[in-house]
Amino acid sequence: MTYFTEANARTAAEVIANYPRPRSAIIPLLHLAQEQEGWVTRDAMVEIAELTGATPAEILGTGSFYEMFKFHPVGRYVVNVCTNISCQLLGGEELLHHVEESLGVHAGGTTDDGMFTVEDVECVAACTEAPCFTVNYRYFHRADPDTFDAVVDDLRSGRSPLARGAQGDDGHVPAHGTLGRLRQHVPDDRRAGVVSPEEAGEAPVWLRPAPATAGDSDG
Amino acid sequence: MAEPTTVHPAGMDYVPHAAGFVANEGPKLLTSRFPYEDSYTLDRALATGAYVGLKSALGRAPDDVHAEVREATLLGRGGAGFPAGVKWGFCPEGVWPRYLVVNGDESEPGTYKDRLLMERDPHQLIEGCLIACYALGLSQCFLYVRGEMALAQERLATALNDAYAAGYVGRNVCDTDFSVDITLHWGAGAYIVGEETALIESLEGNRGMPRLKPPYFPAAIGLYGKPTIVNNVETLANLPWILEHGAAAYKGHGSEASPGTRLFAISGHVVRPGVYEVEQGVTTFRDLFYGDNFCRGIRDGNDLKAFIPGGASAPWFFEEQLDLPLEARDVGAAGSMLGSGAMVVMDHTTDIVKACLRVVRFFARESCGKCSPCREGTSWEEKILERILDGHGRPADLDLLLDIGENISPGPYPVAAHGSEGLDAVSFPPRQTTICPLGPSSVAPITSALRRFRSEFEARITRRDSLSVQAAPVAEGAPA
Ligand SMILES: Cc1cc2nc3c(=O)[nH]c(=O)nc-3n(C[C@H](O)[C@H](O)[C@H](O)COP(=O)(O)O)c2cc1C
Ligand code: SF4
Ligand code: FES
Repeated sequence: MTYFTEANARTAAEVIANYPRPRSAIIPLLHLAQEQEGWVTRDAMVEIAELTGATPAEILGTGSFYEMFKFHPVGRYVVNVCTNISCQLLGGEELLHHVEESLGVHAGGTTDDGMFTVEDVECVAACTEAPCFTVNYRYFHRADPDTFDAVVDDLRSGRSPLARGAQGDDGHVPAHGTLGRLRQHVPDDRRAGVVSPEEAGEAPVWLRPAPATAGDSDG
Repeated sequence: MAEPTTVHPAGMDYVPHAAGFVANEGPKLLTSRFPYEDSYTLDRALATGAYVGLKSALGRAPDDVHAEVREATLLGRGGAGFPAGVKWGFCPEGVWPRYLVVNGDESEPGTYKDRLLMERDPHQLIEGCLIACYALGLSQCFLYVRGEMALAQERLATALNDAYAAGYVGRNVCDTDFSVDITLHWGAGAYIVGEETALIESLEGNRGMPRLKPPYFPAAIGLYGKPTIVNNVETLANLPWILEHGAAAYKGHGSEASPGTRLFAISGHVVRPGVYEVEQGVTTFRDLFYGDNFCRGIRDGNDLKAFIPGGASAPWFFEEQLDLPLEARDVGAAGSMLGSGAMVVMDHTTDIVKACLRVVRFFARESCGKCSPCREGTSWEEKILERILDGHGRPADLDLLLDIGENISPGPYPVAAHGSEGLDAVSFPPRQTTICPLGPSSVAPITSALRRFRSEFEARITRRDSLSVQAAPVAEGAPA
């Protein structure tokens, strides 16, 4: 019984091939697991351990260090409200209060219908656009309670709220777990190839003095 | 925004611009493509000179390219301001392979520039990575991007896919014998991973905890134990311009000690907050906060109370420091740092105790827990500040806070000169009992705020009955 779907198993193999050591793929594969189910399950950790040559405990050990990995189900939309200094100065805490009141859950909680999880988060690198919040890591800048209510309204009625979001992001908001709506893909014939640290190698070819070839006059 | 609000919730003048970037007057070395709606596409990039710097580099010997970067005195933009060309020289001879790790973890409160650079001009960053790999013989580049930045991930993924297909990345770059893969790597949410050795631990699949120094630079022993160059996104984004126009032209901008431009994010109580490309050295804090070309003053004509000059880790500055130039050396001598290029402006309405607690809470939450002065100390600091704010402070608490700080960072803590008390500045960086500078960073807001606004803390403690005391009781486990 395997955890990853056939398509995701192929993606996992491709991800692992990008790194000189498979363990480096642990975090990307945890994201992939979360993309598949919205959170990281035990089965996912067991399979990632097998794929990367680690133990399931090591996968949990690494994964639990990082805030984005959830080890229990969360809402379809994770709402992160920044309350750090720049946002605090311009009403981030009041915005969080409104979010909690209007959804009826405290930060850390999930609404009964499984739609929204609310988090009180640290700076999300939008400080000049304070106060701000993100929904599944899509940004909403210079937000106020009305912005938030409109976003919730959009999501509850199946519309994309991104037109209200930070300039330049559009399309739909994928369910929690899907971070990027597309991935890097390196075609085999374009790949330079990973260089393993185990190959006590020599300098890469472009650093080596060019070999003198016949008829090469100016060396 | 599609329907831009014209009135900011805080009553500020809101100009709907490119997600925070303000195209003010001045040289644009890094943001020249930003005003284009499609600045992130390969087509737009190629039409506006992308990969010209790379081709110029490929036409020269790798050592030559390194020499050009050293000559340009390109200072690292990740926080420490170490010259990139010098750091590159720390790779031990004859040890291969070598790797490049790009630090795109931007999480220091107040800091907003790398996300913009990745979202709006991914090809500029990719070109910078390629130039570094070519110059130093780096075999693979890992682009470590903060997990929370979904759009940046997508823009970089698309840009990489396009650049691979067009022959700029991968096997035989631009039909030369230079080949390198750039691997986009998603982080997963942890500020401490921005510290370069923690970044490497994370990339190896571990918890992101900093490594014990020495070695001081991963250039000696880094990823998988091999020589590794770690550079910030903005640092690398400067390389295409330098290689296209040359070090001499680069030094024509900014000051001698800090050439070129920097992206500064100015947030908080200013009229026009935003990300500005600014010439270093020749501009002052006052220019930035009050200048018509920049932030246009404090909101509602209010007075300045304090400002953070270089991200949450930096000791705070006040009115007296406004005329300092944006120059690492001067700012360091005055007791703080330009750090990550993040300035947070607080006007006179700011509740200093609250602001101080919020910054300290950040460090307490983000401490990785590897060393005890930081793991324990930051949470004690948080709990004490919390009880002061809640009206349960004790008279000894202020000295207790300073004492905890002393244990994390012994000796005089860097503080801005304080004319009214006849105190001189103690320069940055501080001494530390910890493995990395995160612990000492938590002391910065406390010493800054307490030195200057001690009476506001005392008022919370002695006049607590006049304050609202409906909040939580003393936090469990708070030190006596
Ligand atoms: C706690 C901590 C957090 C850091 N966070 C970042 C970060 O988010 N981005 C960054 O580029 N550098 C960060 N740094 C600095 C890096 O350790 C390193 O100095 C930098 O990436 C080197 O790049 P540069 O020389 O190009 O500036 C951080 C340092 C510390 C101690
Ligand atoms: S100072 Fe703090 S963040 Fe840095 S290693 Fe020690 S516990 Fe971790
Ligand atoms: S403080 Fe809220 S985004 Fe930086």
